[in-house]
Formats: sequence, structure tokens, C-alpha cells
Amino acid sequence: MSFVKYSDFIQEGDVVIIHLNHNSTIPVKVQKGAQTQTRYGVIRHSTDLIGQRFGSKVTCSKGGWVHVLHPTPELWTVSLPHRTQILYTTDIATITMMLELKPGSVVCESGTGSGSLSHAILRTIAPTGHLHTVEFHQQRAEKAKEEFREHRVDHLVTVRNQDVCKDGFGVRGVADAVFLDIPSPWEAVGHAKAAMKKQGGRICSFSPCIEQVQRTCDALSDHGFDELSTLEILLRVHEVRTVSMPLPDFGPDFLNPSEPDAVKEESAPVHAAVTIKTTTPPREIPGHTGYLTFATKPRG
Amino acid sequence: MADNGEEDHEHRIKEGDHVVLKRGGIFKAVQIQPKKKLIFEKQWFFLDKAVGHLYGTAFEIASGGELQPQAAKNTENPPDTKEAGTDNRNIVDDGKSQKLTQDDIETLKEQGLKGQEIVQQLIENSSTFRDKTGYAQDKYIKKKKKKYENTVEILKPSCRILAMMYHGREPGKICHLRYDTLAQVLTLANIHAGSKVLVFETCAGLVLGSVMERMGGYGSVINMYAGVGPVRMGVESFGFPAHFHETLTDFPICNVNALLKGNLDTAAKDATADEKLLQLAEEEEPNLREAEQQDSPSEQNMDSNTAEDVGQDPEEKRREAKAQEKKMKLEEKRKKLAAAAALLEDRDADGLVIASRFHPCPVVLGLLKFLSPSRPFVVYSQYKEPLIECFTKLKEQGGTVNLRLTDTWTRHYQVLPNRTHPVLQMSGGGGYLLSGTTIATHTSKPAAPQQTDEPAPKRPKLENTEG
Repeated sequence: MSFVKYSDFIQEGDVVIIHLNHNSTIPVKVQKGAQTQTRYGVIRHSTDLIGQRFGSKVTCSKGGWVHVLHPTPELWTVSLPHRTQILYTTDIATITMMLELKPGSVVCESGTGSGSLSHAILRTIAPTGHLHTVEFHQQRAEKAKEEFREHRVDHLVTVRNQDVCKDGFGVRGVADAVFLDIPSPWEAVGHAKAAMKKQGGRICSFSPCIEQVQRTCDALSDHGFDELSTLEILLRVHEVRTVSMPLPDFGPDFLNPSEPDAVKEESAPVHAAVTIKTTTPPREIPGHTGYLTFATKPRG
Repeated sequence: MADNGEEDHEHRIKEGDHVVLKRGGIFKAVQIQPKKKLIFEKQWFFLDKAVGHLYGTAFEIASGGELQPQAAKNTENPPDTKEAGTDNRNIVDDGKSQKLTQDDIETLKEQGLKGQEIVQQLIENSSTFRDKTGYAQDKYIKKKKKKYENTVEILKPSCRILAMMYHGREPGKICHLRYDTLAQVLTLANIHAGSKVLVFETCAGLVLGSVMERMGGYGSVINMYAGVGPVRMGVESFGFPAHFHETLTDFPICNVNALLKGNLDTAAKDATADEKLLQLAEEEEPNLREAEQQDSPSEQNMDSNTAEDVGQDPEEKRREAKAQEKKMKLEEKRKKLAAAAALLEDRDADGLVIASRFHPCPVVLGLLKFLSPSRPFVVYSQYKEPLIECFTKLKEQGGTVNLRLTDTWTRHYQVLPNRTHPVLQMSGGGGYLLSGTTIATHTSKPAAPQQTDEPAPKRPKLENTEG
């Protein structure tokens, strides 16, 4: 198991994702002799997990069952322990494409936060790229380092515990792309530029507030960035439903007397209904995550 | 520009390169070919002079359609605006404010005035410009600049650029797959280096190319296709290095049933099958060519080179050579089919991406069988209803978790001091996605007997979520 390479069978030391039901997953570190409590009962690592195939159904002690999944950055995003606000898959997917990330890309990121985006970046830039991630909160930086090790991606990432606005990314002229998710991104734009390759690259800043966007765009223009583009993206889930819609009874159809059934139906009114497959939106959805501002650093 | 040349080698434009032309937000993918006349944004020119320059260079189109690297960066210095009005109460649209006529402008152009200079002339000859507010002046300049500018940037292609290009220019060719939807596809399918991915698409190769870009030449991509051959001009536009193409194999979807049954004949020992294939290949040829012709001249060349020596003994020799050639082609084809079949046989693929105009239901049900358990799949459709059907069938059938039917809503913003607001026009929809994860359908481990009671606990749940 690694976050950048699939394997087929669960081994000791792996991180697996226990899928309890549609909106409930938990990450579990597999250890010999260990047990994990779920609402369906206990999962015994030695017998229930080690040696099993990823994707298998595991029957818990209370008789309920769960599925044990291979970790992916997307499953990690919905199950990771939150230390901060995190970026979700919809934004992450857009960031990945708009920053033009691919195997071999060198990326700078700040802050690391809970590592939701970091894992997605690492998946995309492996096996030859590198992520330089900067986090000013020491414990968070340490925790991220530990997770990268457990997820077997530590060879692809350098975690620095410093303030990106003051000290930059700790590298110069190496990055193809920079991502900023900090309270005052405009203060880091200069450092971002310095971290980027001479031949140019892409930058993205994520900010929840439009005032932040405004100042960031000013800073980007001042530093000679091109192709500024700000957008927001929301996920809309369509829940599949089977609904039955009753048809009202208009009474006997006197206008159309040729239908002999009309009289019969009157005596025993049929409750006609039509069943359709359709979708409904969830009652409430996240209506705002943040504005994504992208720009290109030209050569030079 | 020619300084520190060597380290920049890979960043220089070369003949034969696939590049993207850009002006404003408009893109066009082309190949650099000598003396090839191109038309982009109503202007024609040749790319010959771009060779040797760096990617990202902006060129001016000079007379005779030659490209000239733009002198120093024409910083967006708006011509000094000394005066500006406070509002538009005194501006009347009487069509008389501009003193230059269309003919005057044409003459200026013929005199060789650059875009910037023409805009300056327009401003000087506009009687209302000075009364406009500062913001309105900016807007005026921007609009005129866009109209009279004659520069073009040459960029290296990327998934981002090509996705935006196709969506902007020819959405019909890519089943109206919006760029951000494609971004979701690539992420939800966990496309990454070293995996084995099945792709079934009718998006001109855009989806296939994007998957290949994300895999960086590591792992394998199997292009499942319907009909006579895969249509994927878009893949060429990515300009991948040769070794990327070695990771790509094709498999005709009409052979899936045979493969699943285990009676796909890739050795083709019997002559009748041979013959049939030959016939098929023959029929295919014109079709394929037609499909490819759409925008790749280079491919054609390769095809037409085949008939080389038509010198002596014309008829016989030619026929023989042709037969020989066909045999070789057939052999090659069979080998490729066998290679693709070998990749599929173990049913251990790591991802599945479907984005086509075909009904997604049979496609996803058929191809899901080739995935390992615990692997993601993503189905794109321009329409929601077929995905509802897929969702329902997959729920009934089991073998998947995390099924989700989604789409994305995207809005762009104009960000300017005191004038920040959403862009007035936005895309109304970018298509729908059904995504999920496969699971093991039969427990290979001791706990097997429980298998029969699986539907029992699942039934009520299913009705709960759907009723």
C-alpha cells in the first residue's frame, strides 16, 4: 500500500479505509493484534484485515459488515483527521488541472494544514516530482511529516516549518507550480515568484473572502503574473430517488362517451399513480468554499 | 532571445512540434509545418519564423503573414488619460462620436500601423472619449485593443489548455465535456503514474490524452473503442514524446464478450478468420482515414507513402506488395490485439474512465468487470437520465460502493479595483458524472458461505436510500 501505488493485498503497517456506509469512512492503521471498534462491532486486524484483498467485505463481531478499501487521496480527504479547514475534492481536482500538475512537476504549497491537498498533489506528481510544503504551525508540520511517512510518500515531499510570508518556501527557481492557502496570500506572492522556475509556471491562491482575492490579484499583477483568472466551483450532488406521483381523478369522462370503461371506473375509483426515477438535490449543500485565483508566471 | 540556448533546448519551438496558438482567451492547436498557411482569428500567417524561439513568446503578425517576436513587453500602458468624465449623463449614442470611418481604419492598417497605434488613433478621433469615466475609458481601450491587436502567443499544449480550447471552439466534438468536469474525472478516477487504466471515450481523444498526461508515460492505458477504430486526433495535439505512445494499447469493444468468455482468438490460426480480418481491415482503411483527416495532415502523409515502387511490372508487383503489406499490417494488428487482451485478461485494471456519446449503461456494466476490487471508476455523460439508469443498475447488481451522481457549477469573476463581480455570462452546465469504487463481489476467504445472505441486509437499505 502506498498513496501513489496500488497493491492488491493488505499488509501490516498499511493504512486502509474502512467503508462503513455511504457517508461514513474511517482510516485505520493495520497492526498485528490490534482491534478497531466500529458501530457494527470489532474488526480484528490479524484475522480480518492482514492478507485480505483490498475491496473485501469484512464481517464484524456484531454481524454487521463493512468494506475495506485501498486508500486514495480522495478517500483520505473524506476520512482524514481535521486539524484545520481542509480543501475538498471538487476544488482539488480543479487546482490540479489548472496548475497543470503531472508526473515530474515540482510544486510548492503553503500551508500544509491537514494535508488533504498535499496527498492529491503527491499522487499526481509521483514518481519523479517533488512537493515542498510549508506550514508555520509546528505540531501540524510534524503531524503531516508523520502521515507522509505512514502513507509511503515521504520520499516525494519536504515539509518545512516556517512562515511563508516571512521566509518563503526555502527553495528558489525550482517550482513548476505554487499553491497558496494562507490568510494573506498577497504577502507571499513575491516568495512564490522566487520559488518558480525561470521559464515560468502556474500559481493558485485559495481564499474564502473576496477582499483577499482583490489584494492577491493586485499583488499578482504587480509581480508580472499573466492570465489572471478567478473562479469558484461547487459540487452538486443528485440523489437518485424513485418517486410515485398520484394522478388525480377527474371523474367520468362525459365528453368522450365512446369509452365504455368510464362508467365502470366510477364504481371503484382506481388510485392511479406513475412511478418515476429522478434525482433530488440535498436539502442543504456547501454554497461556498473559496475563490480560486489562477495566474501564469511568464518566463524571466 | 538566443542567449543561454542549450539549457533551454526543450523550451524552444521546433519544426513538427504540436503547439497551441493563443490570443486573449482563444486557443487553437496546430502543428509547426514549413510554409503552412494558417488562419487564426480571421488572420492568416505562417509559423516558420517561430521555430527556434522560446515557448510563451508573443509574436506580431507582420505583412506577408510572417511572425516577428514582439519587441519588449508591450506593457499594458493605457495611453495617458488626462481627462475623464464623472458619469455618462452627457454621452449620447448618435453614432457620430467616432470620426474615423471603416475605410480610414483600413487605410491605417495598410499603412502598417500596429494595433496599439490604431487604438491611439481611435481615441484621438473619438469626440466622447474624454467625457467617459475612467472605468469606461479602460473598457473602451480594452475592447478596441482586442479588435485591432495582431499578436499571437505560441504555447506548449497541456490538458488545461486543450480542454479549454475544445470547450470553447468545438464542444460538440467532446460531448460538451466542460474543462472542470474533465478535471473531476481525472481526480475521481485517481489517475496516476504506474497504474493500468481503461478509457472509453468519444471526445476526440481529449480524455484519453489527459489520462496519458497524468500518467506521464508510466503504466498502461487501454483505449477501448467502438466501431472501426479509435478516433483520437486530440491525443496528437498533446505532443507527447514517443515513449508515451508505447503505454497506449487499443481494444475493440466488439471483442469484449469473446474475451470475457475466454474464446477471443488472438492467434487467428484458421484462414477464414484471417480473411475476415483482412476484409475488415480493408473496409476500415477509408473510414479511418476519413476520421483522421479532420485535422491531421501528418497522418495522411504516412498513409500515402505506402505505395512506393510502382516502377516495373506494374500490376503484379503492386498487387503482391500490397498483399504482403496487408499481411504485415494484419500481423501487427493481431499482435497489438493480443497485447491488449493480455492486459485485460487478468481483470486487474486500476481505473475506468467512460466519456462518450454511447449509452453509458452497457459500457460501464461491461467494462467494470475488468477492474480489480477497490478501484475507482468515473462515467461522464452529457445527460443525467442515462446515469440515473446506471446508478440504479449498479445498485441492484452490487459490486460497487460510494456511488455518486454529481455535476459541478462553475462561475468566473472579474476582479478589478472597485469593480469585482461575477462575469456576466457563465456556462449553464458541464455534463454529469457518475463515480464509484469497485468492491470484491465474492469473498475468496473462509467467510464465503455468508455470500448468499448479502442481498438480504442490502435490500432494505437500498429501498431506504431510494424510496
